[in-house]
Amino acid sequence: MDVKTGSSDIIGLDGTLSSTQFFLSALSFSDNWKRFNPSLPPWIWVQFPKHRFISSHNKVFEGYLSLENMCFNNLTQEEESNRSSTSKEECNTSHGEEEEELFDYATLVQSNCNEVNHYDFHIVYSPSYRVPVLYFRACHSDGQPLSFDEIEKDLPGHSSKLLSESKWTFITNEEHPYLNRPWYKLHPCGTSDWMKLLFQNDTSLNKNGFVIEQYLVSWFSVIGQVVGLKIPLGMMDTNVANHS
Amino acid sequence: MSEAHKFVWEGSIPLQIHLHQSEITTLPPPPPALVLAPRIGYLPLLISLIKPHFSTTLPPGIDTIWFEYKGLPLKWYIPTGVLFDLLCMEPERPWNLTVHFRGYPSNLLLPCEGVDSIKWSFINSLKEAAYVINGNCKNVMNMSQPDQAELWHSVLSGNLESYRRVSSKLKLGTFEDEYAENINPVSTKSQQSTEETEVTGQLKTGRIPVRLYVWTVNKDFDDLEDAPQIDNWDKVSYINRPVEIHKDDGKYFSLNDAVRSLLPEFFPGSSFVDEEDASINRSTGEEEENTCDPMSSFQPLENAEIKLVRIQGIEPKLEIPFSWVVNNLMNPEYFLHICVCLKVSEAKALQ
Repeated sequence: MDVKTGSSDIIGLDGTLSSTQFFLSALSFSDNWKRFNPSLPPWIWVQFPKHRFISSHNKVFEGYLSLENMCFNNLTQEEESNRSSTSKEECNTSHGEEEEELFDYATLVQSNCNEVNHYDFHIVYSPSYRVPVLYFRACHSDGQPLSFDEIEKDLPGHSSKLLSESKWTFITNEEHPYLNRPWYKLHPCGTSDWMKLLFQNDTSLNKNGFVIEQYLVSWFSVIGQVVGLKIPLGMMDTNVANHS
Repeated sequence: MSEAHKFVWEGSIPLQIHLHQSEITTLPPPPPALVLAPRIGYLPLLISLIKPHFSTTLPPGIDTIWFEYKGLPLKWYIPTGVLFDLLCMEPERPWNLTVHFRGYPSNLLLPCEGVDSIKWSFINSLKEAAYVINGNCKNVMNMSQPDQAELWHSVLSGNLESYRRVSSKLKLGTFEDEYAENINPVSTKSQQSTEETEVTGQLKTGRIPVRLYVWTVNKDFDDLEDAPQIDNWDKVSYINRPVEIHKDDGKYFSLNDAVRSLLPEFFPGSSFVDEEDASINRSTGEEEENTCDPMSSFQPLENAEIKLVRIQGIEPKLEIPFSWVVNNLMNPEYFLHICVCLKVSEAKALQ
């Protein structure tokens, strides 16, 4: 299936990528993210031997990208419009693991403030669809998982609308392919189609393997919006400029 | 479609279902319920058969049905036959399961909102299978509501005729069967025969949707009775990777080839891995040091051995052509579910 792995132009043709290409793209995406979003939690590549009993006998690219402990404020209706900027400012104050401790201390004081919800995002490669898939889960600051209704309130308006229209085919509760626990998943069946369109419109990109590195950035610029995460424009520009 | 397909659809497992003792509020405790569960079905669909046995003894509350086997909560979206093949090494008949109507372990199991959850889990799997086979899932997405309903009802009721009629519209075809004598589109009863030939003719990928359930043992056992029990889902590796049918030198692609290609970690000789390795060499620049060095030092794990392969309750010979297995033993959502037990020993230390 991955015969064409070496040549990058395949992405331009059908919008899919191989697991190796996913791994390469993930590294590049993670680097860029760190550079442009120093205040946000980083995307970290989690190598995951599917078979734990065998230590290092695995393919290196077996794994997923993980961004954990992103926090979203529970916004009221009026704040809805400037949601994404608010949530980013919120996160500026917190750094990775320390943040959880901070919130533990703050819980008592916080009770009459807006509640902060923590989100974990994983980008996992789907060998069936040959595209990245976004998995996520969410919990309150006390560690209790959010119900789907509560998550829906955190999603941007356009997503909750879509959600009410297609309950079973847009975001569903599914098992995380590596962790074997219930997570939420954005359905990937249309991904290759719109990725194809993204790259078709930009034929200049379609050379010498730049596309691979660009893939996840482009992908996330669309997918991230579904869950209210935006990519800084600079991240896309520089990525192209670096290579052209 | 073949006689084997018919056997798969008619296959069922006798269950003896006990209500968990924490949910028994009456004396004497209710007797267990005996139910025949279709292999291709899903456990929560049995609720209408089971509930009447226990409804009078349940404590107050809202029903959320789930099952366990020897303390292991059962994943409802895995077809019942696959659960049985995987968890009951030495087939136990009837299969003794415990049912719960309260206390859903939502940290472990996906929520199940009744039939709708199961239906959509099925449809989403079907979509995934269609994508693997055709490179898109338009035919499933564009299915008319009545067709979708008929397809699902055919699975619920085990109606193979009705299933064949509707599923043929999905144009997922059968896979090119190299050694089949029975694939003759004209003779099939289906009215879609011309479309089917069309599809077989334009098979682009040869990718087969497979769900592989692997568990490993490190001690040999002669008798299935002595096989270690799976008491935790973390012991099962669930691998959802398509199999690409390779045809080299006129040699057919066997079930053995398929299983090995899905487990490159254990059987590094497969061409699947070689291509990946080669490509990473070609396409990485600076990453090369990190990514390639550990791999080049890999030693083939010669002492991984396929101990058992079980599909639809049978243990086919590994030399059997994979295309036959797919065409005859796949589940209605077009996935082939394979249970594999591997024996792995650490550098022969245990022998």
